[in-house]
Amino acid sequence: MSTARNKRESDTGRGNINSVQLEGLALMKIIKHCHEEGAGNTEVAQGVLLGLVVDEKLEITNCFPFPRHADDVDEEDYQLEMMRHLRKVNVDHLSVGWYQSTQLGNFITTQLLDSQFSYQTSIEESVVLIYDPIKTARGFLSMKAYRLTPEAISTVQERDYTPEALKKMRLGFETLFQEIKLVIKNSHLVNTLLCELYEMMPGSEGKQFLDLGTMSTLDRQLRCLMEYVDDLSQEANKFNNFQRQNAKQLQDKHKFMQKRAAENAQRQSRGEPPLPEEDVSKQFKPIAPLPRLDAMITSGQISNYCKQISQFCSQSLGKLYVAKALQDKK
Amino acid sequence: MALNLVAKVHPVVFFTIVDSYERRNPDAHRVIGTLLGTIGVDKGAVEITNCFCVPHNESKEEVAVELDFAKDMYELHRKVNPGEVIVGWWATGHEITDHSLLIHDYYSRITTSPIHLTVDTTLHGGRMNIKGYVSASMGVPGRTPGTMFAPIPVEVISYAPEIVGTSVTQKSKYIRQRIVEPTTDLHQIFEATQNMETTLDALISYVDDVLSGKVTADNYIGRELTKMVNQVPKMSAHEFEEMLNTNMKDLLMVIYLSQLTKVNVSLNEKLTMLVATQ
Repeated sequence: MSTARNKRESDTGRGNINSVQLEGLALMKIIKHCHEEGAGNTEVAQGVLLGLVVDEKLEITNCFPFPRHADDVDEEDYQLEMMRHLRKVNVDHLSVGWYQSTQLGNFITTQLLDSQFSYQTSIEESVVLIYDPIKTARGFLSMKAYRLTPEAISTVQERDYTPEALKKMRLGFETLFQEIKLVIKNSHLVNTLLCELYEMMPGSEGKQFLDLGTMSTLDRQLRCLMEYVDDLSQEANKFNNFQRQNAKQLQDKHKFMQKRAAENAQRQSRGEPPLPEEDVSKQFKPIAPLPRLDAMITSGQISNYCKQISQFCSQSLGKLYVAKALQDKK
Repeated sequence: MALNLVAKVHPVVFFTIVDSYERRNPDAHRVIGTLLGTIGVDKGAVEITNCFCVPHNESKEEVAVELDFAKDMYELHRKVNPGEVIVGWWATGHEITDHSLLIHDYYSRITTSPIHLTVDTTLHGGRMNIKGYVSASMGVPGRTPGTMFAPIPVEVISYAPEIVGTSVTQKSKYIRQRIVEPTTDLHQIFEATQNMETTLDALISYVDDVLSGKVTADNYIGRELTKMVNQVPKMSAHEFEEMLNTNMKDLLMVIYLSQLTKVNVSLNEKLTMLVATQ
């Protein structure tokens, strides 16, 4: 059933988004919300994206934040109310996904997987925007759009994370999420506004990305990476244990079968009926295969960190060479 | 009446105003809305951090604002950020109309001395003028007092990430499709370096001109230049070389290790799959 639907989707191109176009307004709203939310605590800020789908492009034209303390507010009511009100002032009222802030890129989690899964199953075009306020404050705008791959969707649907299922779906940590190309677009009037703002904004700020002191950030990133590598090695240990147990059981079973076969041969030679084989499977219940979800997510996170770290290093190296050139000239 | 106020506005407010204007009803000539922000963090300044559009109807004779909408919307915004209060209202257009007075009166009832912000989205006079006002009553004692809108300075204030965000979106001005593609970190350094180079070139040619006597020296620029030169940390060539080398070694090591980790993780997955599905 689901494969049939997938096929139809790819035929019509529906639900198949290959680029995301973010309007300046939505970008600024996300930046503002995540900054204000991130100022006091370390919790993530989240919100809803509004926009529309044009062919295979998703246009995000507006957004609104989720309330800070979700316990005393009915989130669904709030969302509906907000969308109803925004609709009145002609804002696109199609919810096209959600955004979330992250710290140093530690966003690949089971929660993200589950939320994005429920979004994508209810609204096929949904994306999740991941915004990193810390990196942006350092001078590099970090906004990424992600979607679950069709393979990931059907796997989550089945809730089957056994190695066999994953192999069948050809799902690995690299194919769990797909990054969608993101561009920022402004209307002519906004461009006019930007000209005005350019004159009003202090020109000397926003150059902090040329900072040569890189060690603190690198240190933090590596620490996070180490933590996740530890997690992964635990997962690997678990898997090894499972493998050992499995092997042991197989061996035992094999021995038992051999014994039983010998016994049966004896009995046959004596002309007695052979012993039944059913109790074998009872005695050696197969061990449930380990779900690989956690390992997959951890691996995804690690590879994301690695990507970030190499990006960070390459830009730092670039800066060092610039500094060197300047020093030599002097 | 505090006439010496300064309105410090975050860029997101202008973005919202312009967007609201673009999404106005076909028959509407202007849009209005509520400004949210904080008063008194900084003495004599009102920080405007957020705003929303309020539907209204305007004809020659009368004006009708959907006040319930404004109230509901304010409540909704409060749930996200309880710190933001109503500090005034905004309108598009380049002038203050008679109706502005009525709307202003309404906002005066909600907050003391509301700020009125106008953004000229009709580009009157060729640019998007942004102006702020507060109202002051005037007139002769004993007669009906009038209201005057006194202009106040408007400044743009932003959080550090907001500066980065706007400077990235600035690039859409130079591209025909008005699209900015986020670049990699390294590319950004490259652009900044180019920028630096052009600035340095301009500076060098200026200094050369001064030295050759083509341009008269400006004391102010001279002082700023000396300040800048003094800011360069004093380092011997050897020290610098050492700093550079250690940093580079560190970075190269980290790159190597992170690549190694990546390969290992892939290998781990592949092998696990292979073993598990035998």
